[in-house]
Amino acid sequence: MSTHPQSSRYDAIVIGGGHNGLTTAAYLAKAGRKVLVLERRHVLGGAAVSEELHPGFTFSVCSYVVSLLRPHIIRELRLARHGLQIIPLECSFLPLPNGDSLARWSDPERTRREVARFSRNDSERLHEFGLAMTKLCWLAKRIIDSPAPDPASLAPRELLKLLRLGRTMKDDPTDLRWLNFKLLTMSAVDFLDLWFESGVLKAPMSVSGIIGTFLGVRSPGTAYVLLHHYLGEIDGAFRAWGFSKGGTGGISLAIAGAARAYGAEILEQSGVARVLMQGGKAEGVVLENGDTVHAAAVISSVDPNRTFLQLVGEQHLDDEFAAQIRRYRLRGSSGKVNLALDRLPEFSCRPGDGPHLFGDIAIAPGIDYLERAYDDAKYGDFSRRPYINVVIPSLVDPSVAPPGKHVMSCFVQYAPYDIKEGPSHWPERREAFGDTVVDTLAEYIPGLKESILYRQVLTPWDMEQEFGLTEGNIFHGELSQEQLLFLRPAAGWARYRTPIDGLWVCGSGTHPGGGIMGAPGELAAKTMLASRAL
Amino acid sequence: MPVPTPFHPRTSGLCHSLLWKEWSGYYAVCSYDTCHEREYYALRHAAGLIDVSPLFKADLEGPDAAALLSLVTVRNLRKLRVGRVTYLCWCDDDGKVVDDGTVTRLGEQHYRLTGNGPLCEWLKRYSDDLDVEIEDTSDRYGALALQGPLSRAILLEAAGSDVEKLRFFRGKTSAIGGVPVLITRTGYTGDLGYEVWVERDDALAVWDHLIAAGKPFRLQPAGLDAMDVTRIEAGFVLCGVDYFPAQHCLLDSRKSSPYEIGLGRAVNLDREPFVGQRALREELGRDAVWNMVGLEYDWNDYEVLLGSYGLPPQVCSGAWRDAVPVYDLRERQIGQATSGAWSPLLKKNLALATLKSAHAKPGTRVRVEVTVEYERRAIGATVVATPFFDPPRKKS
Repeated sequence: MSTHPQSSRYDAIVIGGGHNGLTTAAYLAKAGRKVLVLERRHVLGGAAVSEELHPGFTFSVCSYVVSLLRPHIIRELRLARHGLQIIPLECSFLPLPNGDSLARWSDPERTRREVARFSRNDSERLHEFGLAMTKLCWLAKRIIDSPAPDPASLAPRELLKLLRLGRTMKDDPTDLRWLNFKLLTMSAVDFLDLWFESGVLKAPMSVSGIIGTFLGVRSPGTAYVLLHHYLGEIDGAFRAWGFSKGGTGGISLAIAGAARAYGAEILEQSGVARVLMQGGKAEGVVLENGDTVHAAAVISSVDPNRTFLQLVGEQHLDDEFAAQIRRYRLRGSSGKVNLALDRLPEFSCRPGDGPHLFGDIAIAPGIDYLERAYDDAKYGDFSRRPYINVVIPSLVDPSVAPPGKHVMSCFVQYAPYDIKEGPSHWPERREAFGDTVVDTLAEYIPGLKESILYRQVLTPWDMEQEFGLTEGNIFHGELSQEQLLFLRPAAGWARYRTPIDGLWVCGSGTHPGGGIMGAPGELAAKTMLASRAL
Repeated sequence: MPVPTPFHPRTSGLCHSLLWKEWSGYYAVCSYDTCHEREYYALRHAAGLIDVSPLFKADLEGPDAAALLSLVTVRNLRKLRVGRVTYLCWCDDDGKVVDDGTVTRLGEQHYRLTGNGPLCEWLKRYSDDLDVEIEDTSDRYGALALQGPLSRAILLEAAGSDVEKLRFFRGKTSAIGGVPVLITRTGYTGDLGYEVWVERDDALAVWDHLIAAGKPFRLQPAGLDAMDVTRIEAGFVLCGVDYFPAQHCLLDSRKSSPYEIGLGRAVNLDREPFVGQRALREELGRDAVWNMVGLEYDWNDYEVLLGSYGLPPQVCSGAWRDAVPVYDLRERQIGQATSGAWSPLLKKNLALATLKSAHAKPGTRVRVEVTVEYERRAIGATVVATPFFDPPRKKS
């Protein structure tokens, strides 16, 4: 494949072939613009990528489940036609060290019976909690599906937008509005305490509040992250998570297929060395191979840190903005262990091949366990007993492993980027980290170690080096309030525009944030088209 | 009370939901689990095993077997080669469809017909002067539909390499676990798939063998609810739902010709006489009054409509078959949507509809009734060609 662009001038160049960059490219190409996407790696997808790491075994190397991908993007880009297929997760399974376990099913009555074994009260409150979350999601959906309003602006259009947002909230019942404020300020555990008493139930629910965030389940602000993980929908059902057929790379490839069908040019193995600056304006990019390509708009889908401090360079930024970007919190907190298995793992607490394994499996046997895992990380170590979120996609999508064999994806938290030896020492600790994960899992799955055919361990350092995620942050920046909405990535610059003329951003480091959502990419493209920037 | 199919001892043990329905007098599983979703996804991403034994079957043997089938049905079956299968319908004298099904030519003088309703009495009406034996084999054979992208791999394990080259709409005798079976590359899901026909006494051995062979490929027993979604994606009409057997209709207006239900291409009109030929020829001269079409609902319309009630958009997870009116853009009724489903695969609300021919061209904009909060409303929809879903692997 040629790694030289076909042309020397484009309407738009997108830096990074992850799902957001590809989404922006697809929308711009659909609108008739001449678009070039430049991906550094040999494979598209960024962190939504599938790779055959071991013969016959295809892994969702980084992100591993999908929920937030906006349904209207699927429709507008006709992603189903380009191969997007999502298979819902059926269960959330929690094995416990004492031999007990809790499975939460898509069948609510079955879940109620399971939860009742731990707390009858909780089992009967599940429904109310679900309803409240649905209402909160319905509220938040209006926010994530449009560009962030600008509260500092006095422009009539902006004021009107804020007014409209306030109006929609006005129609909501008062208790829902209070709940919304609580959600924004509370910790995940405190928020769940409003409904539930059983730690066995709350622990696996609270972890949604810490994923990708350097906070503990008892840290204020984590309740919002919890909602962020509820917001996703599959076919209209909130909180539905699914596997992408062929791994999460399938999503990126479907978007790339759409982009190409609309005429976008996409190059792999074409890393961008820097943004070409002329007279304070972004005029194009210089590739790592020395090629120079010009464009009316340069759009970066990589994280804000990498975009501004590495590809542009601080010399082109004013001090205030540069300081904001330097302070933008990345703080990667998670790692990933991918295993190829020669048989299906069997949990001692609930033997058998499913259906409790047909979803996600959480190693989160208590709130104190999770908080202790955070304690290790606070002082620069990976958790001795981490929170692990396991999925075995080969159970519902046999295309990713040979018959009878399985892939097991383990998301692991905490693995702080800043270990006490310094981030660059991660490679020396990588295998110890992997051993910790496998040892932890083996406490629940006695035969696990013997069944491992291949193991890949990704530390935050690896995610930075290989996938370009600065400090290994999976969301291109924490989803904490001071970095959300009109503050993402920097106050005053939340509308995909940047202080540099001709340079735009469209990655997860912009509103509404990370997760395989596509919304930043879509909203960036639509904003650009509406502003007639190209 | 319904009776069990030959596979009942196995299916009943697996049907934890106890969700059954009656199908042609047999017990049939709606979904093994409380929701059919897993079975649907297995059909589309791995493979599903569906007990389709309640289909009616008739074996025709004798020198005039081809002549009888060619007289009764709309196709000239003398031309069907041995080892091939064809899909067709048969009509009454007025050219109105009585039933649809498949014909497999098992030997020079041996055919098997399948259908949704009883077959033999209808065949015997026309067989008086013909040298043909008609046997009702409905109870003699059990049938399993093995459907899905991995069905071939499973069958290779179970029946050996001789099925590898079995092409679309072909059949061959084979053996599964030492049990003789007929395998046809047919099905009702619009995907790569096979149907396995077995003597009822051997049925359980074949079930067990297929389930064992399918385990590494995540084969999943699937019920009718999952199959119903897939058949709508495939654009297959269902007798008794999307059209009605002519001999059961009180009103003539309820009857359909093959041209009206999308089976026109199955009709071999210019040949020796067959039942309904004259009426069909006349109809072809005048163009069909009605046409079976596919509909895609406008999602945005639906989202806006539900939003006006303060509701997020919802999709129902199963197929529906309570017909709803379809209107033109001036709100005049132009037909009805007879069954439909949300397709999780295509991310679209789909329906099969019978519309007046003037409105049946693909791309035509229509309005279709939806009910929100007990109120009847209408949203936009577009006429599209079927099948909605047609993967290359189906015929590969």
